[in-house]
Amino acid sequence: MNVLDRKILRNLWRMKGQAAAIALVIASGVATFIMSISTMQSLKLTQATFYRDYHFAEVFSSLKRAPESLKTRIQEIPGVNRIETRVVTPLNIEVKGFSDPVTGHLYSIPDRGKSLLNKLYLRQGRLVQPFSDDEVVIGEAFAESHDLHPGDEISVVINGRLRELLIVGIALSPEHIYQMPPGALFPDFERYGVMWMGRKTLGTVYDMEGAFNNVSLTVSAGANISDIVDRLDDLLRPYGGLGAYGRKDQLSHRYLSEEFRQLEQMAAMFPVIFLGVAAFLLNVVISRLLSIQRDEIAVLKAFGYSNLDVGIHFTKLVLLIVLAGLILGVSGGAWLGQWMSTIYKEFYRFPFLRYELQPAVVASGAFISIAAALIGTVYSLRKAALLPPAQAMRPEPPATYKETLLERLGLKKILRQPSRMIVRHIGRRPVKSLLTVTGIAFACAIMMVGRFQEDSVDYMVDVQFGLSQREDMAITFIEPTSRRALYELKSLEGVQRGEVFRSVPARLRFGHRSYRTAVQGIESEGDLHRLLNEDLKIVHLPAAGIVLTDHLGEILGVREGDELTVEVLEGRRPVLRVPVAGLISQYIGVSAYMELASLNRLMREGSAISGVYLSTDSDQRPLIFSKLKRMPRIAGTELREKAIENFYDTMGETILIFTFINTLLAGIIAFGVVYNSARIALSERSRELASLRVLGFTRGEISYILLGELAVLTLAAIPVGFIIGQAMCFYITENLKTDLFRIPLILEGSTYAFAATVVLAAACISAFMVRRRLDNLDLVAVLKTKE
Amino acid sequence: MNNITDTTSAVFQARGITKVYDMGEVSVHALRGIDMELHSGELVVLLGPSGSGKSTLLNILGGLDTATEGTVTYCGKDLTGASEQELTDYRRYHVGFVFQFYNLIPSLTALENVAVVTEIAQTPMNPEDALAMVGLADRVNHFPAQLSGGEQQRVAIARAIAKKPAVLLCDEPTGALDSSTGIIVLEVLEKINRDLGTATVLITHNADIAEMADRVIHLSNGLISREQRNELRKSPRDLHW
Repeated sequence: MNVLDRKILRNLWRMKGQAAAIALVIASGVATFIMSISTMQSLKLTQATFYRDYHFAEVFSSLKRAPESLKTRIQEIPGVNRIETRVVTPLNIEVKGFSDPVTGHLYSIPDRGKSLLNKLYLRQGRLVQPFSDDEVVIGEAFAESHDLHPGDEISVVINGRLRELLIVGIALSPEHIYQMPPGALFPDFERYGVMWMGRKTLGTVYDMEGAFNNVSLTVSAGANISDIVDRLDDLLRPYGGLGAYGRKDQLSHRYLSEEFRQLEQMAAMFPVIFLGVAAFLLNVVISRLLSIQRDEIAVLKAFGYSNLDVGIHFTKLVLLIVLAGLILGVSGGAWLGQWMSTIYKEFYRFPFLRYELQPAVVASGAFISIAAALIGTVYSLRKAALLPPAQAMRPEPPATYKETLLERLGLKKILRQPSRMIVRHIGRRPVKSLLTVTGIAFACAIMMVGRFQEDSVDYMVDVQFGLSQREDMAITFIEPTSRRALYELKSLEGVQRGEVFRSVPARLRFGHRSYRTAVQGIESEGDLHRLLNEDLKIVHLPAAGIVLTDHLGEILGVREGDELTVEVLEGRRPVLRVPVAGLISQYIGVSAYMELASLNRLMREGSAISGVYLSTDSDQRPLIFSKLKRMPRIAGTELREKAIENFYDTMGETILIFTFINTLLAGIIAFGVVYNSARIALSERSRELASLRVLGFTRGEISYILLGELAVLTLAAIPVGFIIGQAMCFYITENLKTDLFRIPLILEGSTYAFAATVVLAAACISAFMVRRRLDNLDLVAVLKTKE
Repeated sequence: MNNITDTTSAVFQARGITKVYDMGEVSVHALRGIDMELHSGELVVLLGPSGSGKSTLLNILGGLDTATEGTVTYCGKDLTGASEQELTDYRRYHVGFVFQFYNLIPSLTALENVAVVTEIAQTPMNPEDALAMVGLADRVNHFPAQLSGGEQQRVAIARAIAKKPAVLLCDEPTGALDSSTGIIVLEVLEKINRDLGTATVLITHNADIAEMADRVIHLSNGLISREQRNELRKSPRDLHW
């Protein structure tokens, strides 16, 4: 190791605090980047592997009933690869010691041979014995939420008949990563369960011997999926087909994709913001760091080192710091990524996790940080190198100051000398001061980014479940039924109010765009389930026409007055043309609404309803539940309280954990910025401050001069940070819009306060650390040396 | 210590001062037992080559450093065991410093550089008067960057005397100046000493300057090697180097 390299190490050791702060900033930026990207990539890889290895189907359809012989005709559709027909039945489940109504679906698995598609991954136990009539495999999510194990018995009501089943296995299925009861917005693993039993037995119980009511298939490579969907749909229509659909409309997959999309957006945005901020800071800090090395650069040049030698020397110093940050960031990011992937794996119930950190990801993280550092370095080195050595070694001429505008405006009289020093020092290098302010402002802004989503989510829930969806429970029937069901339910003790709704699965088309959802028919004067506009005012449904959520309007590109094609996917499957009567604002879900009577009229079905909204007396709820359980025609009961709980669970485990970690990293960045600003100011001014100490100033008095400047800059930065933060939050909400929910841009006072507090706390800690150095200023040395 | 008023006899009295710098494995003896006194109104030059210990001695007298052994009294008060706060007060109210590299605050004008001290002193003179005394009445609103080296040093002197210190400690005040500028600075110091009666200690390695002193203390190797009293103080104007 040559002398210069040894010098680098010693320099580094001397500025270890600062170097560590810079390295931490880089590490935080890089860690966010690595964590986000690798988590995302791993999740997708795991999903893809699970789908592939367990033959997740690509096209699905439910129907009323078709003979097994139809399978050969399906096989004839060009491009169809494997087909599996199944019997699927709705069921009510009785779980001992759990009073809420629980519903689910029972899927058939072949008695002979293995499933071709949507294969089960057995977690515990075994698959059912061929032709056994009471064995069942249940989904893991449901099993875990009720602590069910192989060997336990479970009672179910299928087709109106109560049956005792023996659980023989616990399994995962690529088809049911998410399990959502009908009509629910969010998965509910407690009140909705998926089970599998032998085809023969299920066929017998559900009157489907030699027939099927569900088909799924894969397609050969290069086949046109929508073409196959259309052909399958045509084929199944006479058999009561409920509309074939591709994977993208499969409930579990769709939900998962939307969640992944949301995570992906965040995984893309946070690192860009963080790494951008880190790069900016690095640039500022390094150029300022090098500008105080001016005499060293001059001495080296005087000894005959070329500008290039000097450049390489200081570049090495910078690279060492960046490298330390990178190593920390990459390993920290990989660790966090793995940790987070594990959490997601548990959450999404993937049978395994394939964590992967691609070299390209590491390389791009490294490239961005190194580039940022080098740009900062080259700029300052050029400045230093341009100075002839002799001039650089002479005591630097006193810096040029002038009275600031503030003083000329008359503030001078009230400012004492130390305060004048603060003002003038800030005013002398406005660009530098501005950069410091910008740096701290960015730190403040990223704190807001990490934090604001909680406010928004709370607000979203308040609006959705407090103002709009006010029913305590929504009961969905297996099939459309007559309005009489409402009176039956209203007569139950404890039911205060009831309103009916109709939910019609449909594909909405406008031009070349389409979206599969349900048209909800609700009572226009309803009090439980209300539609709201942007200002949270109640919107009454018009007697004719369809009303869309604003998000659906965007997806389809429709405006009020446009005519929408509604392809109904049940019953006789009419294709209707309905004018768009308006758009409403809704944060959760993607729905279309019509006035109930008008929907019934279009469907030519009298006064059919799909379900009932109830408000109930909470004391009477167990009683209501026990009655509901005995009603065979109920497909699902969604409880508002549980929906909120499920929503927070989902959010908490996915998005909020992500933002929590990012907030932590943002905090480190905030501290790094403020501390470095303070430290650089200290090294620039220690001589001046030591002189004042010699002149009899106390430690407190000189601290005021240095820390006062830091305080002024920090206080100036906070409002700027608020503005930048608002812009970033706006950008994020715009990019986080998914079909699941759209986070509104809500910034509570507490978010501002939080960001400001973190920045101020960082400033106080930095001030404290700098103050300790100020207390130990070497008064003698400073007088003997020039700058 | 704020109420020291006795300026009649010895301002400083140093007895057996030693200063050892502990540099890890070796100890450097910067001072090896110095006895000296400084009387009111006196102008003393500490003369010696670099490394002779003169700056160390000045720093100890000025309350910037403490002696390893021995006692220093200032107007009868012991500085040896003074606390950090007491030393700060001592520098604040009683001592004026002039440095080789001026150590002005670049962000303050000449006037404000003086005011920075008068604002915290007990019975300071008017900053304008202090600047007038060093001949800079017409440069009060200039920033250090707008002043020549000699002018900057004169501002530093004005700053040092504005608090009306009992003693003025000058460490190589002409070290960074050419000879003609240096002489102007020395003239100012001499004038202050004569007009205000401020006891002045001036460090230099330039033997010619010694001729303007009442007393010259020669230091070498941390010891006083010789002490000489000038019968006649030479005016700085008559000095040459």
